[in-house]
Amino acid sequence: MTTGTDVARFQVGQGASASSRLRAAPDATGPSRLDAVGVSAWFGDNLVLDDVSLSMPAATVTALIGPSGCGKSTFLRILNRMHESVAGAKLAGEVLLNGADIYDAGHRLTDTRKQIGMVFQKPNPFPAMSIADNVTAGLALTGTKVSKGDREDLIEHCLTRAGLWSEVRDRLGTPGSALSGGQQQRLCIARALAVRPRVLLMDEPCSALDPTSTRRIEETIGELCSEVTVVIVTHNMQQAARVSQQAAFFLASQGEPGAIVEHGATKDIFEHPSDPRTADYVNGRFG
Amino acid sequence: MTTVLTPPAPVSGSGKAPRQLRPSREPSDRIFHGTVTGIGLFVLVIIASIGIFLGYQSIPTFRHYGLGFFTQTQWLPELDKIGIAAVLIGTVEVALVAMVVAFPLALMLALFITDYAPKVVKGWLISVVDLMAAVPSIIYGLWAVFLLQPHAIKLSRWLSQHLGWIPIFHVNTDPNAAVWQQSRYTSSVFIAGLAVSMMAIPLACAVMRAVFDQAPLGEREAAMALGGTRLGVARTVVLPFAKGSIIGGTMLALGRALGETAAVLIIISPAYEIKARILEAGTQTTSALIAANFGNATKSQLSALLTAGFVLFLITLIVNSVAAVVIRRSRSGAGTEI
Repeated sequence: MTTGTDVARFQVGQGASASSRLRAAPDATGPSRLDAVGVSAWFGDNLVLDDVSLSMPAATVTALIGPSGCGKSTFLRILNRMHESVAGAKLAGEVLLNGADIYDAGHRLTDTRKQIGMVFQKPNPFPAMSIADNVTAGLALTGTKVSKGDREDLIEHCLTRAGLWSEVRDRLGTPGSALSGGQQQRLCIARALAVRPRVLLMDEPCSALDPTSTRRIEETIGELCSEVTVVIVTHNMQQAARVSQQAAFFLASQGEPGAIVEHGATKDIFEHPSDPRTADYVNGRFG
Repeated sequence: MTTVLTPPAPVSGSGKAPRQLRPSREPSDRIFHGTVTGIGLFVLVIIASIGIFLGYQSIPTFRHYGLGFFTQTQWLPELDKIGIAAVLIGTVEVALVAMVVAFPLALMLALFITDYAPKVVKGWLISVVDLMAAVPSIIYGLWAVFLLQPHAIKLSRWLSQHLGWIPIFHVNTDPNAAVWQQSRYTSSVFIAGLAVSMMAIPLACAVMRAVFDQAPLGEREAAMALGGTRLGVARTVVLPFAKGSIIGGTMLALGRALGETAAVLIIISPAYEIKARILEAGTQTTSALIAANFGNATKSQLSALLTAGFVLFLITLIVNSVAAVVIRRSRSGAGTEI
């Protein structure tokens, strides 16, 4: 288990594509690098995550894998300050967005969440809003004004990026809740993209969906990673192997807090894991 | 669960028919089923019997006065002039003033409790609001007369000074007089409405609070994750989700406000006149009319009072029924759960 000073970081540059992407330094609006440094988390007095450090390079897809209850979703929610919305939740450590700590007093909570978007396990479009209004909901929530023409362009752009445009272009005025589960999830991705985040966190985005919808969303993730850094929690090993360039394996032993056992290029984690527990997990022997 | 269901075969022809399934008939089930059914029916019987009793008692009055009962403003049994035109207007005015005050306060109070208050304050505040509902209405009446009124009439005067050109804020006296006629501003619809609003707030707030708390966490988190503020979450998720209950809770409170008696009785000075001047002294409401005249009424006067009560009963029944329908429809939660 990786604890204490045994802080593990990604060896960026293990994959040629990852390193070349990283060298193209992210600009102010492009995908950003996200670093978690010594992150621990508590619910009440219960330590659920112990001293986790992980670098998520810009414009790559990082998969967080591990059995249930190992703290990977908690870790994900710490990355955009959603963790603290739960009563009794506490945390330690730093999360650096392009080097700046998002928990710093100078950082506004709402700005942080705008820059680091999130897609949830269960599709959660706003049911009272039309498809178009759902896409632009983030703009209304953050008080961002756009002209009518820009708004239409943005709706088309985001729905296209989320792979939903062709299916809904003729019924943008209908309620978002009338879509199928997979379409709703892609609408949620479009909604998250509309505020132009630098990082997109995805918490098991396909676990409630059928295989066809899952494949569409995986394609979407593949297309997105050039413009946004993606961090995805998944229980699906094949999915992690398909969509991510890097992976981190979380594990919590009985009665112990969760921590990262191993991380690195996804290929290495799946084909040559260095820790026997990782090998057991990715080969389906437990979890 | 091993209940065998017959396939949905066409009932007509070829002797096929759905099987009759016998529900559970354990003795304990039967006793409990009978008891709760009886209690449910009992409530219906009580309500129906009140309506029938009042309706029956109203027959002599309607025979004697006809539709004039609804158009006559005066209540002068000695002169055989009896009607509820002014009284109904007064009733609605007091209730509306109460709701105009109570609605925004109840809405913001409920929102504060569910979305803003720290956990400790939340529990404490819920108890206090519930306590507001438990305070006897006569106490609110005394509070309004002795504590609120001396200050509220200054607001009444200010309103009539600045907005007196709007008919409802007009008072038939000179608001700018050096020595202003305070008694022209006391015992008004406005003061009575303020007192009644105190009784309407906890009712409306309780309904709204319960539904605000049910706003789906997934949608709340979605709004937060997009960079929404708490106000943004409230406007995007909580209020649209609770729209039906906001309307329904307000109407329930309106039903309460329409029937409020004791507080109104000691605040207002009776005036049988159709007028919109809510800041001016004098009005009458249906329930206050009944309470004030019940003690020394003759047989025919009693019938007239019961008829007024019958009309009030029907109005509150309609308002509450509409409120119940609105709330139930919104609770079906169409489109909130995926």
